[in-house]
This record gives sequence, structure tokens and C-alpha cells, in this order.
Amino acid sequence: METETYDAIVVGSGISGGWAAKELTEKGLKVLLLERGRNIEHISGYATALTPPWQVPHRGKVTQQQHSDHPVLRRDYVLNEMNLSYWADEKECPYEEKKPFDWFRGYHVGGRSLTWGRQSYRWSDLDFEANAKEGVGTDWPIRYADISSWYDYVETHAGISGSLEGLPQLPDGKFLPPMELNCVEKDVAARIKKHFNDSRRMIIGRVANLTQPLASRVNCQYRNKCWLGCPFGGYFSTQSSTLPPAMKTGNLTLRPFSIVTRVVYDKNTMKARGVEILDAETKQTYEFKSKIVFLCASAFNSTWVLMNSATDLWPEGLGSSSGELGHNVMDHHFRCGASGHVEGYEDKIVFGRRPNGFYIPRFQNLPGGEKRTYTRGFGYQGGASREGWSREIAELGIGAPLKEELREPGQWMIGMTAFGETLPYHDNRISLNRDKRDKWGLPVLAIDCEIRENEKKMRADMMDNGAEMLEAAGVKQVKKTDSGYTFGQGIHEMGCARMGRDPKTSVLNSHNQVWDAKNVFVTDGACMASAACVNPSLTYMALTARAADFAVSELKKGNI
Amino acid sequence: MATTTLNRREAIVRMALLMGGTMVGPRLLAGAWDADAPASANGASADDLALLDEIGDTIIPASDVPGAKAVGIGAFITMMLRECYDAKDQTAVRAGWVTLAADYRTKHGHAFVGAPATERTEFLNALDREQKSHMKKKQPAEPPHAFRVLKELTILGYFTSEIGTTQALRFAEVPGSFNGGAPYKKGEHAWAT
Repeated sequence: METETYDAIVVGSGISGGWAAKELTEKGLKVLLLERGRNIEHISGYATALTPPWQVPHRGKVTQQQHSDHPVLRRDYVLNEMNLSYWADEKECPYEEKKPFDWFRGYHVGGRSLTWGRQSYRWSDLDFEANAKEGVGTDWPIRYADISSWYDYVETHAGISGSLEGLPQLPDGKFLPPMELNCVEKDVAARIKKHFNDSRRMIIGRVANLTQPLASRVNCQYRNKCWLGCPFGGYFSTQSSTLPPAMKTGNLTLRPFSIVTRVVYDKNTMKARGVEILDAETKQTYEFKSKIVFLCASAFNSTWVLMNSATDLWPEGLGSSSGELGHNVMDHHFRCGASGHVEGYEDKIVFGRRPNGFYIPRFQNLPGGEKRTYTRGFGYQGGASREGWSREIAELGIGAPLKEELREPGQWMIGMTAFGETLPYHDNRISLNRDKRDKWGLPVLAIDCEIRENEKKMRADMMDNGAEMLEAAGVKQVKKTDSGYTFGQGIHEMGCARMGRDPKTSVLNSHNQVWDAKNVFVTDGACMASAACVNPSLTYMALTARAADFAVSELKKGNI
Repeated sequence: MATTTLNRREAIVRMALLMGGTMVGPRLLAGAWDADAPASANGASADDLALLDEIGDTIIPASDVPGAKAVGIGAFITMMLRECYDAKDQTAVRAGWVTLAADYRTKHGHAFVGAPATERTEFLNALDREQKSHMKKKQPAEPPHAFRVLKELTILGYFTSEIGTTQALRFAEVPGSFNGGAPYKKGEHAWAT
């Protein structure tokens, strides 16, 4: 067994791991960044980013082979021939679904930072205080004041574009200039604002796409091909934003094909002394030593590592002394909303492919606002556009009239779907199934989660409120939609190693330190004590930078 | 992470817009695929390709810009059928175009391929009315009308081809900027994505 020693080991290279690597190396630590999958180089690794539409073999349609090879990916839009290599191989890495669960994973350098939706919203005290006020789950050990300067910090480096709105439930940030609502969205926004006396507001999405150049990155070129990797560095990813400065310090060692199998826990010091890995290619085992360990492997996989660690002392794994490790899994439930036709605007067209839409911040159950029979709330994401050539034209058959009609843009349409908060339920959990093994002989996760009454009530409201706003804005043929939701489909897994104030009821403390091993930090979605209704990645960035700062300061003080 | 061909937002919008509506292509058949389908069920001959080219060019004929034949629509349709549709649907669509050719010969006394454009157009317009009526009545589990599949694949193949993208439509590979309310006059072409 080969042993190398570092100041810090970061497990996982996605949004959280990239940030941890950047912060720790910039503070002078020698860091080993471990990634279970292959490397993808910035720009040169984006094999299909410049492929023109006519060179896409099946024009984006799913083949029978792909359908058969990807029993999980095929459940949603993520299965696409253009970026199949950005998703984990399901046959190599199976999992058990005790109840249906869509787990979409990115096993490569950059993780899901390459494919993420880039919507970036701050939490507010409405979110941080909700558990305590309602007696749901456990109280967050932090408040907005603890994290706001870290939001400033990560937004400034990542490059988040957005508008300043002065909304208490969706704090403003250090934004690049906002993208633009299109002409229909602007008018719909104005009508909604007027009709609801500004208690509901449609704004441009706050998105991790540059509207101005930033460092060596080029501003967004409005190609809307972010999901292939951007050769301009137009959106935030590990490759475009956090890995370059980390590399520049000379303090970073990146090791792809390194599956971390456990944190090596020393019961004498009551701390981790490093990690053990399985080389995914050679299947050799190595141990790497470090003073601190950052688990940033995605909510479920960081939890998997903990569950597989120190099992001689804790049968349920490192960090399990509270009995909460693996529990309280959350996601955002969505795919409920409304859509309709917009009359007029025939003399307007959109130029450029904006990789962003509108956002309607939460307006339910706000202090002094509209109350509901469920708790928490949801926000909408959507957009307006003219129909394209795939539209059905009932009155035309085939031939020249059809061809000429389809060459022109069709009617304006508008649609939106809500993203709703899921509450932390103790029984929504993941656990290790040691009887089922992956390609490397490692135990797989068993996932057992479902939404409950609060979420179901909310879903009806997600349709109704959407339709109500569109109708108030003069949209025609408004249709409510619930396209169904499978837990995990939001690709916002959270909560299986939650932060808290009490080691008896939480896995991590207020600085993302594992209560049971103070030099182990978990800063990805696993740490979340509640889910809020906004996209979570920006909060992982802020919590990671904050925890890295704390870890280095504790290290210097000799506390860990 | 969320949340894509489409990115998540676009997928969401499109999903919302299309809910209950129509979608071009094999997603109609989601859930009906058979991974073990024999590829031979859709072996295409030169005659098949010529017929499909002619059907495609009748659906999307040449005008100021080339039509579907010019983008090799026959080869595209047979490739898509072979790779994206299950054996049952491949067989049904194939039977559909064989019947189409036979019916045409019965009605007009000569082959579809090489027939006058107005005659072909009239014939396929009748078939298009038939497929529209079939699609309205059919149960979700029933396969789509063969001509509907041929029409959808023709439209998909044409408008995503190089000719379709850059000549029938307008194409900006790197727009570089965004204008959410650019002026538009009837007759101008849509921007390809």
C-alpha cells in the first residue's frame, strides 16, 4: 500500500469539491483532489460543444440502444446522445430503488457542474428559520448573517448575472448585469405585477452565465449549449472557474479514477488520518494521508463514504452517532405548472439563444402575505418563445404551403413549472445494501424516499397559481399541467448528513464539521437541514468557502 | 440541476408547452421500445430509398431552397427507423410505405416515384388527412399512423439538416448577443437552434 501525505484531501470535483480545492490551495495548503471518474479538460474536453445541428447523428432523439443502456437516464431529458459521457454509467454503478428514485450522477472531473441548470439563488432567513419556527426537522445552526458575505464572495468569483429586486425572501447579491426578459415576458411580468399589487413578481433568472468577461473567461455567447461544456467559459463550472486558480497555486494534485472507499479514522486521535481509495482502472488500493478531509462527492456519495467508514466503531458508519446519517433526504419536487398561447407580438422575434428563463420567486406563506394550507412554498421557472418547425399545423397538409409556413416562426407560447420545497422526513433515507455490488465490488446505495401530504397539496397549488397568473396576464388557452414527479428527478439531492446545533440530532455542526470527527467536513448537498425552494448549488458554494476558511483557521490554531 | 439537447430550462418550457400536444419523433413511442429488436426488420433497398426520397420531397418540395430529397431524407428515415424505433413499429411503417406505393399504382396506373408533383401531393394530402383523423381517435397504446411517422421524420430530418438549418431557416452558430424583441416581418425565416 502506497502512502502519500497532503495537508488536505478533497473528495469529489463538482461544484463543492472545486470550491474546496480552490479555497484550500489558495490558503497555502497542499491539496489532493480525488475524482472517481475520468478527467475532462476545459475546452479541449468538450467533444461536441461545436458540433452543428446537422452533425448530431439522431438529431437528439433517443436510440433503442441508448434507451436499453440507460434505464435511469432515459426517464428524463438528461438522456441525450450529445453528452452521454457526462453521466455515470448506470450498469457499472447500480443502486437499489426501494421506492422509485431518479439518480442522475456525473462521474468525471467537474461532476454535475458541467451539466447543471445554473440557476443561482440565495437563501433568506425565511428559509434558515423555518424548521425552528415550525418544529420541522432540526434548526439550522446558521442564519443569513452567517452566510451572506460568503454569498458575496462566491458570486463575485463565479459570475452570477441577475437583477436587484429588494425582495426579502430572495436576497439580492453581487450580480453581473442581468440578462433580458423577452418582449412577451416583459409585458406578462408587468401585468402580473399590477394585478397582484407587486406581491408576485416575474424576474429574469439569476444564472451563473457571464454577461461580462470575467478573468480569462469570455461572456456568454447566447448559444444555449451549456450542457455540452462551454468553449468560451461562459458559465460557471469547476473547469471554467475553480480549477484554474487552484491549479495556478501549484498546491493542487488532481487524481482522477480514484474511488474513495472510506475515510480512515484513527480512534486514538478521534480524527481522520486520510482516506483509502480504489483506483478505478487498476483496482489497486491506496491510502492517502492528510490533516483534513473535505467530502464533496455529492449528497449521496459523501454519505456513502461516511457509511462505509469506521464501521468497527460505529456499525452505521462515521458520523452516525446521532442516528441521522442517511436520513432526511430531500429534493425539489417539480413538473407542475401552466402554459398557454400569447396573442399578438407577430412583429417581434428573439435573436440569440438565451440560456436562462424567467423566475417567479416564492410568494406563498410569506410573513404578512398569502397563506396556504400547506407549509413552505415554491418558485416558478419558465419562458416565452415562438413555436418552431416542430409545431402541428392542423389546417395544412403537406407540400409547399407546409414548408413555407414551417420556415417562419409560429405563435408565441409561454410556460412555467414550479420548484417546490420538500420537507425533511426522517424516514426518507438512503442506506448501504451490502448484498448488491457495483463493478468494483463496492456495496451500493438503497434509496427509500417519497413525497408526502405537504408536497402533494403544494403540487395542486403549483398548477392553480401558475394558471391564475397567466390568465391575469391575458394569456389564452391556459392549461394546467402535472407531468408527474419521481423523487430525485429535481437532481437536487440533499440532507442525508444534516447540519445542526446538537450532535444528538445532526451529523455536522455549524461549520460543516462531522461531530464525530472534527477534521472531516461535508459541504455538498448532504449538509442541508432543509431544502428551501430555490436551486441549491450557490448555497453549497458559499458553505464550502465558509467551511474551508474555518478549517484552515482551526488548523492554524492547532484545533484539528 | 438541475437541472438537456435541451438544457433544463428549455426542456421544462418545452415540456410545459407540449404537454398534451404533439411531439415530433420517437418519444411518441417511449416505453414501447424493444431492445432486442432485429435490425433486419428494416433493411432498406435502393427502391425503398427512392420511394422515401420521393415521399419526403412531396412533403417538403424544392422551392427557392432545396427540398427533402436534397438532404437525403430516404436514408435519414431508414436510419432513424432502424435505430430509434422498435421492430413492431419498423414493420408497421415499412408496411405503410409498401401499401402507399401499391395504392398509388392501383389508383393512377403508374409508380409514385416519377409521378407528376401535383398528383403525388394530392395523394399524400389525402393520406395526411387520414393520419390526422387516426391520431385523434387512437388509444395512447396504439402505434401511430405510418404516414405520420414518415411526415414527422421528414420534417425533423429536413429542418435539422445543413440545408434546412442554414437555407430554409436562418442560423447563427454563435449569436454573441441577445435581443428579446427584435423586429420581425411576415415572410422572414425563423432562427434555427
